[in-house]
Amino acid sequence: MAKFNVNINGKQREIEVDPTTPMLWVLRDHLKLVGTKYGCGVAQCGACTVHLGDNAVRSCQLPISAVGDKEITTIEGLSEHGDHPVQKAWIEEDVYQCGYCQAGQIMNATAFLKSNPNPTEGEIEAAMHGNICRCGTYTRIKKAIQSAANSKIA
Amino acid sequence: MTKIKTQYNRRSFLKVSTAAGGGMLLGFSWLASCSPTPEQIRKMPDTWFDINGFLKIGDNGLVTIMSPNPEIGQNVKTAMPMIIAEELDIDWNEVLVEQAPLNTDIFTRQLAGGSQSIRQGWQSLRMAGATARHMLVMAAAKVWQVPHNEITTALGTLYHKASDKSMGYGEVAGAASKLTVPEEVVLKEPKDFNIIGSSRLNVDGPDIIQGKPLFGLDIQEEGMLTAMIVHPPAFGMKYKAANTKEILSMPGIRDAFPINIYPEGAQKQWSDGGGIAELVAIVGETTWQCMQAKKALKVEWEQVSTLESSSDHEEALTKLLNTPSKVAARKDGNVNKAFANANKVIERTYSAPFLAHNTMEPMNFFANITAEKAILKGPIQTPEFLEKTIESVLDMPIEHIDIQMTRMGGGFGRRLYGHFGVEAAVISKKMQAPIKLVYSREDDMTQGTYRPAYKVRYKAGLDAEGKLIAWHVIGAGTNDDLVFENRFPAGAVDNYLAEKHRLESNITTGAWRAPRSNFIAGAEQSFIDEVAELAGKDPIDFRLELFDRAINDPVGDPKTNDYDPKRFAGVLQLAREKSGWSSNKTNRSLGVSAYYCHNSYVAEIIDLEMDGNMPKINKVWCAVDCGIVINPLSARNQIEGGIIDGIGHATYSALSFENGKPEQQNFDTYQLIRQKQAPKEIETFFVDNGIDPTGLGEPSLPPISGALANALYKATGTRYYRQPFISERQVIG
Ligand code: FES
Ligand code: FES
Repeated sequence: MAKFNVNINGKQREIEVDPTTPMLWVLRDHLKLVGTKYGCGVAQCGACTVHLGDNAVRSCQLPISAVGDKEITTIEGLSEHGDHPVQKAWIEEDVYQCGYCQAGQIMNATAFLKSNPNPTEGEIEAAMHGNICRCGTYTRIKKAIQSAANSKIA
Repeated sequence: MTKIKTQYNRRSFLKVSTAAGGGMLLGFSWLASCSPTPEQIRKMPDTWFDINGFLKIGDNGLVTIMSPNPEIGQNVKTAMPMIIAEELDIDWNEVLVEQAPLNTDIFTRQLAGGSQSIRQGWQSLRMAGATARHMLVMAAAKVWQVPHNEITTALGTLYHKASDKSMGYGEVAGAASKLTVPEEVVLKEPKDFNIIGSSRLNVDGPDIIQGKPLFGLDIQEEGMLTAMIVHPPAFGMKYKAANTKEILSMPGIRDAFPINIYPEGAQKQWSDGGGIAELVAIVGETTWQCMQAKKALKVEWEQVSTLESSSDHEEALTKLLNTPSKVAARKDGNVNKAFANANKVIERTYSAPFLAHNTMEPMNFFANITAEKAILKGPIQTPEFLEKTIESVLDMPIEHIDIQMTRMGGGFGRRLYGHFGVEAAVISKKMQAPIKLVYSREDDMTQGTYRPAYKVRYKAGLDAEGKLIAWHVIGAGTNDDLVFENRFPAGAVDNYLAEKHRLESNITTGAWRAPRSNFIAGAEQSFIDEVAELAGKDPIDFRLELFDRAINDPVGDPKTNDYDPKRFAGVLQLAREKSGWSSNKTNRSLGVSAYYCHNSYVAEIIDLEMDGNMPKINKVWCAVDCGIVINPLSARNQIEGGIIDGIGHATYSALSFENGKPEQQNFDTYQLIRQKQAPKEIETFFVDNGIDPTGLGEPSLPPISGALANALYKATGTRYYRQPFISERQVIG
């Protein structure tokens, strides 16, 4: 057990926990931020994606001891009212089915669009390849990212 | 004018009462059926009349539906209010849907499976909406002292145009609740629909994109502990002993103990499926702590039955295909004679491995069992069966058991089997604390309840004109017999023989999205493609000729043929037209397939090219006849999902066994389709025929593997017989 001070969604949080604990479980079990999902625990599905600084990372592979003073953003902190352009595009395209993978998809898409605001179709496919959607909403995910990119405010 | 009776033989599908807090509460039967014949009325079971859905119109005008059906991603939560809003004549945005907790006194069919939610709810929801509207009109007529037929409604408001009067539904809802329920009500004509058939966004969208706690795994309760289980590493093994004491000193671990979820005498339901009775439970404060303790736990297992391997299944299934069945499932004419006389004969074998469901949200359940009460909560498709098992396992009166459903992070059939709910209950009881049971991905993938492994062999005979004169199908699966003997091309071939076998296996299996159809459709449609080629005919023309035969001169009693050849041909023609099939450019590799299941007809055409040895799917055209489409936007989503799911599993996924042990345990070795591999575009076309709606959650999946195999053949010159297409060597069997 050790004490950590991490910045999550703009707030400093103090957590006492085993240093090996992945951020996924710190978020879900300790901070009750359950928007970040568990899908595989082995870096294969992307359901647990959060932002570390500006980068999309898999929180199941990120021990709390490795966070340091970088800011973590989760789906709960992406926007105040669910009105990030990518979230809005998700609504417009009616992307989701069961919805379970979508927080991870959105977190990956938002970080990607920040680094590449005008992606080609191939670049979107490559960037999103790590996020599994078992319900098969891939074509809509791609469309939503394209329409968010076109709105030029992502 | 379509009238619908609200009661039969003095039994009523509806009950009205004044709502708590004012307004009108209309209870309705989810299974209400429209205009049955007198014969059907006589036979109608009492359970059909059980009230299992509620419609509430508050005195503030707010409309709430309490729905008995769980949401698994098929979007019934949006479709249902649309149906009610249509008949009730309100702004559909003003209907709220609440997930009703299980209460078997009033709710009967509380099960999401078999693509039946909308099919069964259709008439009931319309009846409830129309009745409520009718009663509001009658109440307004009384208040205004005008004839009721002079009153019109729109968007939740009643109007009497002549006297320029109007008022909101809420104002007369209380008065309406005191009227008697009419014996019959008039339904809208489909041509007058303005909500049904229009695209509406998923009502849960805003919660989903904000990561709101909707799923079972998101449950957090005061004092709740986390539980995980350890099950045998291989089928054929059983728990013997474990070093549970040694892990108790690990951080956060509260207890670890063996459990038996089905003690002697416990009465199991079908829905307990492949639940494993003896497990080790680990209970701790957090999930990560439990995961660490799981790793440290050393369990001794003992072998209790055969440790099966995939090579054994392969061999045993092949042996079954070489064994004539004792009784044919269906036999028309004389196939042996026809094959002997045929000009050309072709025989091919198709196979597919076990598949896991791999719902994105692993199995989980919350339980809080005290001496007085059992509270269970989580993602499950069959709560009323879970309740029965719990009643028996905990020996607790059913009135003390409360089961609540959460949104499900995928179902695909997996959450029909609720053994995880029983596990949660047994662990909570032992701990005397609320617990949330969490399966790791590995637990989820290696637990069992799989799509069976299958093998099927087809043989066809053609005459000199290339006409199909004989058809023989023999199929087998693990714990499943695969063949649907009365489906196409039964009824379209003079000499027809269908046989089926079942291979008993200790590897547990269960329903997996479109059971049996999920494999046999693709196999059959690949074979037909090869037969058409042998006949020198266009694959679509070849199929249409067979439908012509089934329409004009069906073999056998047409009632036994499990499809309507006209509707079947209709989707095929529509897909052909939309894809530009006839003007087939030489450089396009198109593959076609069509299938009927879950009461809906689907034809699909794939256009692909090869990128190295990987298929790149440019486009899929899909023609669907599922009757009236409630919400085209979400209907398309279901269709697209089924297509991508079907392509993915046929191409990439497999679960294999070595000595009873699943060789894939997580997504590093078990491949699921990903973004780059999905079709670039899917276009769906619905047949507009005004027929009552049928299922959409499943029917687009089965045929797609056939279209894929046929397109792959065009692109590569190789026929694909063995799934998964990418990793299996394709040999003609
Ligand atoms: S849970 Fe982290 S990648 Fe799957
Ligand atoms: S929407 Fe169900 S897993 Fe993506």
